[in-house]
Amino acid sequence: MSSTAPRALRVGERALLVELAGGEETEAFHAELLRRRAAGALPGVREIVPAARTVLLDGVADPDRLAAELSGWEVGPIPARVGGAIEIPVRYDGPDLAEVAALWGVSVEAAVRIHAAAEFRVAFCGFAPGFGYLTGLDERYGVPRRATPRTAVPAGSVALAGPYTGVYPRSSPGGWQLIGTTDVVLWDTGREPAALLTPGTRVRFTAEGATTGGGR
Amino acid sequence: MTDRAVVVVRAGALTTVQDLGRTGYAHLGVPRSGALDPAAVRLVNRLVGNPETAAVLETTVDGCALRPRCAVTVAVGGAPCPVRVDGRPAAWGTAVRVPAGSVLDIGAATRGLRAYVAVGGGIDVEPVLGSRSTDLLSGLGPPPAAEETVLPLGPDTGTGTGTGTATAVRGSVDAPPWPGPPDELVLRVRLGPRDDWFTAAALRTLVARAYRVSSASNRIGLRLEGPALERSRHGEPASEGMVLGAVQVPPDGRPVVFLADHPTTGGYPVVGVVREVDLGAAAQAVPGTPVRFTPVR
Repeated sequence: MSSTAPRALRVGERALLVELAGGEETEAFHAELLRRRAAGALPGVREIVPAARTVLLDGVADPDRLAAELSGWEVGPIPARVGGAIEIPVRYDGPDLAEVAALWGVSVEAAVRIHAAAEFRVAFCGFAPGFGYLTGLDERYGVPRRATPRTAVPAGSVALAGPYTGVYPRSSPGGWQLIGTTDVVLWDTGREPAALLTPGTRVRFTAEGATTGGGR
Repeated sequence: MTDRAVVVVRAGALTTVQDLGRTGYAHLGVPRSGALDPAAVRLVNRLVGNPETAAVLETTVDGCALRPRCAVTVAVGGAPCPVRVDGRPAAWGTAVRVPAGSVLDIGAATRGLRAYVAVGGGIDVEPVLGSRSTDLLSGLGPPPAAEETVLPLGPDTGTGTGTGTATAVRGSVDAPPWPGPPDELVLRVRLGPRDDWFTAAALRTLVARAYRVSSASNRIGLRLEGPALERSRHGEPASEGMVLGAVQVPPDGRPVVFLADHPTTGGYPVVGVVREVDLGAAAQAVPGTPVRFTPVR
């Protein structure tokens, strides 16, 4: 196929790591894998784990054969989402908001407007159950992690690092830049599904109680 | 039935409920978790007539003590250790009947690290996402056992005879020979997926030089002391999915072998992956144990 055909790397005895050209290709390939698994074409595969530019398949009976096959797959389009994005109301009151605004070269009010105007997508999950890595901000709004991680970031903190936005599902150490807080419960094992954010979920953040006019 | 329970009398260094793990949720950031020595779990469950998937207790270093509220059949396996019922020696590695109210004491491991205690009926705490395992990375499942923790039991599957004395009973298998943990841990490793992030010399070092198990090891990873593995590429790869047995190399160059509670994604390169069947022995290797990696295809 094209030069952007996925490349599959062996991972131990029963797993494959499939490398894609970028985020969009990864999302499309992940969707293709879910379609094929739903159709019964991936027997035994127990985990399909998307990440920034890869998808891991664990529990593959014959990894070499699947690796040879998938480079020739016709990968379908990213499925259109029915219904709107999940809305997460945010109080943009994080201790690092001013610093983030400075990094972006805008006022705090403008930083809030920029964040609340973007449509995000859960690229992948990790770090903790229910923690999603959300993409959607323009490339120029990437920020570094904090030089010294905090020993305790409160649950519900809305935070930025690199190209990603994330929401801490529970209190934990963390090095992301904290820009706000939400009361939305990200993870609840008593709920089905336990995770509010799963790979592919669309998300909008809305400014709560704002005098800044965010969340157009 | 509140009397179908065991009460923890002595929790030991770290005693957790474990079964064969929580698969199928890695894409949500949920670790697999589960017993570090699953072969031992299967065996002790069979000895008391439980299905292999029943939840057991995993102890660390110094065992634990339990007081059953009803007569139970138990089997202790994994790391060899003294077993006592009300102070009297009882058999390790075979089914033993423990009367209601007696104290079952699982002593310190004489070799290895982690003993497994199966109780007839299984530990019946509420499952979370299909598993009763305690996941120490993300805090799923029941908290580690503490003194006075009450652990409910499932319905007795009844291989014991209920004689009311601490006698060995015949389980569904006889006590098999078990060699115990080896003096040297040999881990078969298949290179990749990120072996190309390391120098050729580093790849030779990995399979030629001796490492030692670090005391910083835990249920998340077997940390190793020894020669640092030199990178041929700098920077960090983008976060990617991680598997059980992955040999991740953080910036200090010392390999970490991922065990059951490992994170589902990670941003350090994985030089190779250890065969899953070798990880049970890794879970029993005490700090200081020599480790050799041997390459397999």
